[in-house]
Amino acid sequence: MGIFDIFKRRKFSNVIQKIFGKKHAKIGIYGPPNVGKTTLANRILRDWTGDIMGSVSEIPHETRRAKWKTNIKIDNGGSSLVMDLVDTPGITTKIDFKEFMNTYGLTKEDSRARAKEATEGVIESIRWLEDIDGVVLVMDATQDPFTQVNVTIIGNLEARDLPILIAANKIDAEDASPATLKSAFPQHPVVPISALTGYNTEKLYNKMVKNFGKKGRRRKRR
Amino acid sequence: MIKKETGISFNLVSRYKLNGFSSKEKLEYILKEVKDGRILVLEQGLTATEQTTLIEHTMKEIDHDTFIGIEMGGYGEEKTSFVQRVFGIIRKPRMTVIGPAHLLKMVHKSNDMIETTIIPGRGTK
Repeated sequence: MGIFDIFKRRKFSNVIQKIFGKKHAKIGIYGPPNVGKTTLANRILRDWTGDIMGSVSEIPHETRRAKWKTNIKIDNGGSSLVMDLVDTPGITTKIDFKEFMNTYGLTKEDSRARAKEATEGVIESIRWLEDIDGVVLVMDATQDPFTQVNVTIIGNLEARDLPILIAANKIDAEDASPATLKSAFPQHPVVPISALTGYNTEKLYNKMVKNFGKKGRRRKRR
Repeated sequence: MIKKETGISFNLVSRYKLNGFSSKEKLEYILKEVKDGRILVLEQGLTATEQTTLIEHTMKEIDHDTFIGIEMGGYGEEKTSFVQRVFGIIRKPRMTVIGPAHLLKMVHKSNDMIETTIIPGRGTK
């Protein structure tokens, strides 16, 4: 995308806001289903506001509508980040209701309803991308990171020139391999964490302030 | 009487054909072919933005009895220089394979290799 295209696509006021920095950063938590996005959102909120974002489950697509909390302040020594945090439904290219029945024992009716809502959730997640200033992309450190969904999300954010921070989650699991994840996406910062236990989340907050604060967003645009 | 073939249809689509489509037409073409049970290998794949739109359209088309979505795998886009970006030259997408999720399964993907398996038993409609 050329400079002229950027100006054509965005309203003048938005461009000015981008140049001088927003007061708040709107940060989206993105990723495939079941990687721990809501667990991470709950961890962030619990640590900085005492609140939670939503329920978690081992059944994929537990979060089927985007949820958000505003005015969350993360302090990191001398600097801080004030953000609106959006927890998005997992993005996937396929949803088979039979998986909910056969793997997780849901009834046919519940499985169909869950699958239908999940498709709507994916669409909602994609639409939120238009309105986001930065993304924490959550990946499961026990899984192959080089999936098309991860590649597509990263490519999309790179095309929009948005800052990305990869959270390599589930580092507490025995078969976790954050090194694989780092080597798959060397162009972006990767922080190994356990959203469940809170392991290394201090480092994640540090990186969030650095990458999503006004300075970080300006640096990214250069 | 000619016996109807029931094998899985595997179409290699040239970049000349794809370049003849607008972005919208390209996505409509791909989704129609995939919904009809064909696996497509695109010589020049989709940009990340087009892929995201394809996922969005796929979700709207999912019918839980006949179409559960797509499987897709492609190599990363070619890098462009700073000068090219200034003049609006976008990254070129590379070869991509797209098929119906009930037929095509992505086994492993890396920078140099896309491994897939085809689930036998269900051919083109």
